[in-house]
Amino acid sequence: MESENLIPLEHLCTHYQVELSFIQALTEFGLIEITTKEETHYLHNEQVNQLEKWIRMHYDLEINFEGLDAISHLLKRISRLQKELQLTRNRLSRYEE
Amino acid sequence: MDFIDYYKILEVSKNASESDVKKAYRKLARKYHPDLNPNDPAAKAKFQQINEANEVLGDPEKRKKYDKYGKDWKHSDEFERTGNQQNQYRGNPGGQRQQERYSEYDFSDFFESMFGGAQSGSRGGRQVRFKGEDYNAQLQLSLKDVYLTHQQTVTVNGKNIRLTIPAGIENGQTIKISGHGGEGRNGGPNGDLYITFSVSNPTRFKRIGNNLYTDVEIDLYTAVLGGEITVDSFDGKVKLNMKPETQNETKVKLKGKGFPVYKKEGEYGDLYITYRVKIPVGLSEKEKQLFRELAKMHTDGK
Repeated sequence: MESENLIPLEHLCTHYQVELSFIQALTEFGLIEITTKEETHYLHNEQVNQLEKWIRMHYDLEINFEGLDAISHLLKRISRLQKELQLTRNRLSRYEE
Repeated sequence: MDFIDYYKILEVSKNASESDVKKAYRKLARKYHPDLNPNDPAAKAKFQQINEANEVLGDPEKRKKYDKYGKDWKHSDEFERTGNQQNQYRGNPGGQRQQERYSEYDFSDFFESMFGGAQSGSRGGRQVRFKGEDYNAQLQLSLKDVYLTHQQTVTVNGKNIRLTIPAGIENGQTIKISGHGGEGRNGGPNGDLYITFSVSNPTRFKRIGNNLYTDVEIDLYTAVLGGEITVDSFDGKVKLNMKPETQNETKVKLKGKGFPVYKKEGEYGDLYITYRVKIPVGLSEKEKQLFRELAKMHTDGK
């Protein structure tokens, strides 16, 4: 069942018209995670959004891999801070009538 | 519908070269791109404008038309003709998505009236979408709704989806429903549905995480002498024994009487009660006399 959620990298490269080396570089930078089964490399369904995001940033906005790596850290931080902000707002509402 | 100054949006002069436009677009896109500004509607709106400006100024044909007729778009017959041509062009099934356009962003009415709506583009390039679009929805619930796990049917893009909403959802919390977004393309997976909960609280209870807080008024006599009182907890009444000589603003904790812990069945936070001692008003002369006596006893006793 799990393998249904795996998409072969070749398929993705053809669809997005990107080189395999691009996906490998993303993997090396820890920006996506590849699954290998019987010598075939796959990307999990859940990570397709991420891949699309990195493609847009790299090809359309001309951001290099080091930049993507830095952005990845900052986006995680933003996400954490947004959650904290929401929790703080919820706490603050206790003191507001 | 107003005229849109695309040059101003891209911050370039009227005689900017194609490469200047491209450079300006990329610079602004890196600042306002929604991928780089998550959950920021203002940045998304700005990016939409930048994208539209680039769609026009980045395409020599469109730029020519815009420069020639832009300000007079309302009255030019030429536009209608242009629009028709564009519509025909749009119908071409072989057209690929333009490389630097983001189809999920709408164009302005100004653009639509001048260029005949969104187009598939002619410059060719990668197909960026494979996974279906993610949908975002907001669901309004009250604190009482999220006290118990319940099922609710929501309609997203015309489809009914039955959701199980676990007790203890926080205000502002987002949950992901996998595969309930837009359809994938060329065998790609469906997008996901993200539901953000907006939990209103019309109750007397304040919620912080899993704990609830409330104030309970008690009369002076019970505060002084102690006794049994009945207070409202979130799911019913609770009997409490008050100690004699309870001070105003005394806090008591009722363990396990708070809010359910998200996705931990049977686990609850605590309820914190603050006693507010109510001073009696409208005293009769006899009552006042008794208080005077009490006061005297108190003064003499010191």
